[in-house]
Amino acid sequence: MATASASAPEFSSTHGPLLRVNAVTRLYGERTGCRNVSFDLHQGEVLAIAGESGSGKTTLLNCIAGRSRPTAGTVEYNLRHEGLRDIYRLSEARLRLLARTDWGFVHQNPRDGLRIDVSAGANVGERLMAIGDRHYGRIRDTTGDWMRRVELDTSRIDDAPATFSGGMQQRLQIARNLVTHPRLMFMDEPTASLDVSVQARLLDLLRGLASELGLAAIVVTHDLAVARLLAHRLLIMKSGEVVESGLTDQVLDDPQHPYTQLLVSSVLQA
Amino acid sequence: MNSPDHAAQVVGVHAGDSAPATAAGTTSFQGTGMAATAQGYNFAYLDEQTKRMIRRAILKAVAIPGYQVPFGSREMPLPYGWGTGGIQVTAAIIGPNDVLKVIDQGSDDTTNAVNIRRFFAATTGVATTERTTQASIIQTRHRIPETPLAEGQVLVYQVPIPEPLRWLEPSETETRRMHALEEYGLMHVKLYEDIAHYGHIATTYDYPVRVNGRYLMRPSPIPKFDNPKMDMNPALQLFGAGREKRIYAVPPYTRVESLDFEDHPFEIQTWDECCEFCGSKGSFLDEIVIDDAGGRMFVCSDSDYCSQRRAGQANGGDAVAAQQSQQSQQSPNVTGVPGVPGVSDRPPAQPAETASS
Repeated sequence: MATASASAPEFSSTHGPLLRVNAVTRLYGERTGCRNVSFDLHQGEVLAIAGESGSGKTTLLNCIAGRSRPTAGTVEYNLRHEGLRDIYRLSEARLRLLARTDWGFVHQNPRDGLRIDVSAGANVGERLMAIGDRHYGRIRDTTGDWMRRVELDTSRIDDAPATFSGGMQQRLQIARNLVTHPRLMFMDEPTASLDVSVQARLLDLLRGLASELGLAAIVVTHDLAVARLLAHRLLIMKSGEVVESGLTDQVLDDPQHPYTQLLVSSVLQA
Repeated sequence: MNSPDHAAQVVGVHAGDSAPATAAGTTSFQGTGMAATAQGYNFAYLDEQTKRMIRRAILKAVAIPGYQVPFGSREMPLPYGWGTGGIQVTAAIIGPNDVLKVIDQGSDDTTNAVNIRRFFAATTGVATTERTTQASIIQTRHRIPETPLAEGQVLVYQVPIPEPLRWLEPSETETRRMHALEEYGLMHVKLYEDIAHYGHIATTYDYPVRVNGRYLMRPSPIPKFDNPKMDMNPALQLFGAGREKRIYAVPPYTRVESLDFEDHPFEIQTWDECCEFCGSKGSFLDEIVIDDAGGRMFVCSDSDYCSQRRAGQANGGDAVAAQQSQQSQQSPNVTGVPGVPGVSDRPPAQPAETASS
């Protein structure tokens, strides 16, 4: 749908897009999860997928993130040394390695993305240990560093995330994903379960981190304000299909599709 | 394990009819055991088809060191948690010429050991022993004998929970996938937690190991003191988990590494004391409360090792023995106990009772 030209040129790498989604369709029997979705994503670009509940946003995200094989279409990812490769043709071992090193996945409910009964430090350090870091002191230093960067109190490094507030858990989940310096983050309603003031801080943090780290991200949200704040580009989905796409401001300020117009007009003006 | 053909002979005998063994059996089988044993029971209790099935699982386990092979675990005449896995493995490999030793927490005369030894004596008629060096099969719960094992010996472990990742990842499909893809970072998360909370790796038993550089393995609840003995051991090590229906193995001369961090290396337990009876400083010691006034003593957990050492000292009549007897006299409660190992079946250092097999 959206073309590569829509992204800011300074983000495109010499090797083309970071991610290329090509005509992805996911059917659940008779029902449609998502249908015929295509877009490119470049290094450092944040793409929001918005739409009403049940419009196929999360289905699409799972297809792209290697968690649910599409019924048709391909998802190609720009591997560091091999260029664009269809992720569903990689071996399971490689796909899982990719998912826990070069990608991150932030769940709506932090309990889905955290090990709730091991300490915050171990949660953040897990990916480091998974890729073979065997030096406790170094793991701990890196962990503390990341906790600081997501504005968590490092004195709580040995506390279980179960004792953290929702916003802290969400920030911990983000730190846990960022510790391996991924190039691409998937976020499924990252702020939906938080109250408004915490949402604002988290969005601010995410925006800062994304630009600082040159992180590309795909953010699923039903909240157009989140899209406005975070995303360079926006896809609007309805009934499993992308009805409109383009630069975020352009789509939100001048919606073309009737459904987008409805969506934008239904938001209370902040 | 010296005896697939012996076992086959025995099969012939028993498959035929209920008549007593004829020429097929070997002397030891026809000896004392036979009269007391085979009444209505097959050799080593299990039927031959079951033993074959278990042997197939064992062969696969030996071929893939550390890999947990599922098998059709049978009901045994003792409860789960008492060593049903180990018994089935022993039953599958034992032949009439084998000499069996059974230990529980290092001791030959605790309830579990006595009963399992008697069970096999009754159902196979094989010779049993308490001497580590004389045994061809040693079934064990919670210890590896102090006396180094030799080629040709088989050590059978009773395993309560075979999956090392179980308390970290509850899903069996997920842990199997993690084994398949060698995703073992999670195990270090547990060690990390230990260090974060206690300042050192606080896991003292059932300490996770990597076998042959590949599979992560739970060594059953042996103290980590015994972990180094598993490495490049000349004996075959077989692990049976009855309730969980898994068999795994460490073949002779296989690398077994205990997991650790570079800045928190693996260490075994040490004691300031030495064994009250034999004076050993290099063996695993049990701490035993001997009165209500806080009196304690430390003795070898391996009863055979301790008694062999004492026998050697008595024969030698050297200064060590004299010193040792002097020590014993200092605590009058001790001198009166003739069988040391009898008191050594409650090691406080082993908080594994609830999960024990």
